[in-house]
Amino acid sequence: MSKKPADQPTKVDTTGHSWDGIEEYNNPLPRWWLWTFYATIVWGVIYTLLYPAWPLVERATGGILGFSTRGQVEEQIATFEAQNSGLETELASVDLTTLADNGDLHNFAINKGAAVFRNNCSQCHGSGAQGAEGFPNLLDDDWLWGGAIDEIAYTVTNGIRNEDSFDAHWSEMPAFGRDEILTDAQIAEVVQYVRQISGQDHDAGLAASGEEVFLEQCAACHMDDGTGDVGLGAPNLTDAIWLYGGDVATLTETITNSRFGVMPAWSQDYRSAFGLSESEINAVAAYVHQLGGGQ
Amino acid sequence: MWNTVKLVVLGLVALFAAIAANYGRDLSYQVHAVIIMFVAAGLFIWTLRRFDEPVAVANPNEYLDGPIRAGAIATAFWGAVGFLAGVFIAAQLAFPVLNFEWAQGYANFGRLRPLHTSAVIFAFGGNALLCTSFYVVQRTSAARLFGGNLAWFVFWGYNLFIVLAATGYLLGGTQSKEYAEPEWYIDLWLTIVWVAYLVVFLGTIMKRKEPHIYVANWFYLSFIVTIAMLHIVNNLSIPVSIFGSKSVQVFAGVQDAMTQWWYGHNAVGFFLTAGFLGMMYYFVPKQAERPVFSYKLSIIHFWALIFLYIWAGPHHLHYTALPDWASTLGMVFSVILWMPSWGGMINGLMTLSGAWDKLRTDPIIRMMVISIGFYGMSTFEGPMMSIRAVNSLSHYTDWTIGHVHSGALGWNGMITFGALYFLVPRLWNREKLYSLSMVNWHFWLATIGIVLYAASMWVTGIMEGLMWREVDAQGFLVNSFADTVAAKFPMYVVRALGGVMYLTGALIMCYNLWMTVRAQPKVSDEPAMVPAE
Repeated sequence: MSKKPADQPTKVDTTGHSWDGIEEYNNPLPRWWLWTFYATIVWGVIYTLLYPAWPLVERATGGILGFSTRGQVEEQIATFEAQNSGLETELASVDLTTLADNGDLHNFAINKGAAVFRNNCSQCHGSGAQGAEGFPNLLDDDWLWGGAIDEIAYTVTNGIRNEDSFDAHWSEMPAFGRDEILTDAQIAEVVQYVRQISGQDHDAGLAASGEEVFLEQCAACHMDDGTGDVGLGAPNLTDAIWLYGGDVATLTETITNSRFGVMPAWSQDYRSAFGLSESEINAVAAYVHQLGGGQ
Repeated sequence: MWNTVKLVVLGLVALFAAIAANYGRDLSYQVHAVIIMFVAAGLFIWTLRRFDEPVAVANPNEYLDGPIRAGAIATAFWGAVGFLAGVFIAAQLAFPVLNFEWAQGYANFGRLRPLHTSAVIFAFGGNALLCTSFYVVQRTSAARLFGGNLAWFVFWGYNLFIVLAATGYLLGGTQSKEYAEPEWYIDLWLTIVWVAYLVVFLGTIMKRKEPHIYVANWFYLSFIVTIAMLHIVNNLSIPVSIFGSKSVQVFAGVQDAMTQWWYGHNAVGFFLTAGFLGMMYYFVPKQAERPVFSYKLSIIHFWALIFLYIWAGPHHLHYTALPDWASTLGMVFSVILWMPSWGGMINGLMTLSGAWDKLRTDPIIRMMVISIGFYGMSTFEGPMMSIRAVNSLSHYTDWTIGHVHSGALGWNGMITFGALYFLVPRLWNREKLYSLSMVNWHFWLATIGIVLYAASMWVTGIMEGLMWREVDAQGFLVNSFADTVAAKFPMYVVRALGGVMYLTGALIMCYNLWMTVRAQPKVSDEPAMVPAE
């Protein structure tokens, strides 16, 4: 650093060149700069001896430390796998209904299930399992296909309305409007009736005639009282929980064109590369079951 | 004769473009064909109307400053466009609703992001490099630009490339290689323009009157030569049809990735570092009116820099399919690159020895100094982030975005602003800038903007890196990806705010430069002359 005052010329000469008035001092290389440069080169040479670095004819040098990035990952995975192997084996074959009695295994399943959920389920059901329009909230006690822990595991394994698993949950609501089973007027009536039984504002006159339509067309699955049927995945229509929405426009859309919510079959049997193992399915079932609404 | 050749060529280009527009297989290609048709037809008419006019003989002792003036205007214009695009996409990341439904497929983040990066790097930075290199090579060689009006061809040709690239991104014409998105025909066009650029630059150096080549010109020349090589190799591809924009890369898999990052990192190394060091080596000593600190340092760091940079690309591919040995070498060369990069910083800062008092009085010097400061910071941060262990945390996070922007906004942006403030009064023969206090405002807005930008991206980058890798005692992942996205929201808002400040500063600069040309009195009507021997 030059400590000379601004008006005092420096003692170093210039090179004697001048370009458009620009001259250059003949200052030597700053020592700290040069030695740091050398140090990085020395470090570089040593580092390339320690780690895989120099390409040769057949293969590259492997380095004295025997390091590889894949080896690094495998080591970390192996550490945890060794640590968890006992619980892991137990979880793969556990009877889910008694899982809660085994404290350690249950905790392990919940932690593991949470990670499985974040990676595989959160994209649709939300990272807090709060759901979204068309994707059920898993925090409440309203279950379309059953909320017991083994029922949840079954749903995860086989999924819903997919072509992959023969055992997937399957039901299909008719498109009452599109397929001309009901007229627009009848749909408007039954919409008002559904709003009535779910305790919302409704047109009592329309709802009264809607009840007739409901009993004739809808009650087979949703039951006479509209409380639904878990065996058919038919939602309870009398509560305030809606998968697509309980307003007039959404109900009209649902009845006119129907809905067809799909969930993949997550078991490795159906998704070889990306599927979940037995223990992962059990884990995620345990996790979802304890979120608040498990039965 | 020459005019006849031009007319024939332009006529054929216009005709082929019209045919191509008709048979084009995709929108991007068709729009480009129409643009090319209009440009060629316009030039055809222009040439035809001047067919018999006598050719004005240029005075060989007069500097050719027309393309430089045009380049200065283009630099300021594209700068504002690029910063605006950046602010908008930063806002899109914070508030996804700004990906308007009606503009899907044209103005969503994915389409606008390459528009922003290319506008800033290639349109703003590229025009800055073109116009300053033409200015510097003439002054430091004491020679008029070589090749007559070829410099004009370079300027217009390069800006046509920018327009084709930018419209292509919006319409989906991309080969999906970062910073090399334009498709094959645009790449071919850029190759022609770039060769012309090399001819103009090298020709001027060869007819120089100075005995030695000034250091700034070494850097400019290394930038031009290396970019030519990088551009050609990374864009080796086979068009699917001559009437479509789609092409297929010659390389595949990890070879393609390695070629891409060999290109990508050296776009940073030679476009944004070597080229801008050329700028620094001229404008800093000129504005400070001090000699360059060390001739020796400039030689050593120049050769070390250009030798080492070219190997550093693999650090973009740590922990990927790239073999470990390549990744180690990339990292080692990146770390050794630290001091050669800092050589430029030392030479820039130490040039101010004896002129530090100017920092108080001259906001342009202040701009250049902070630019060199950010240069030093990013060229330390870069080698650090290339270290495998650091990279395993920083890679794919916003830390990278912060690093890039402290370099781009801090180093490239600020040195370019300094150069524009230096150039505009001289190019338009004005006594001084319209307002120094506006320069001061620009300086502070830009500096605070960068600090907000870089700091928020460091925080959010390290945070998301830590969240991604966080596992509990049993090795299970703690956070979902969506959790990490949600956690970044406040920093995204701060980042957008920093961008707004930086953009505001640039708009103030545009106004200041505009008023310098419009409202400041002319010093003389004499054109800039080559000094007598």
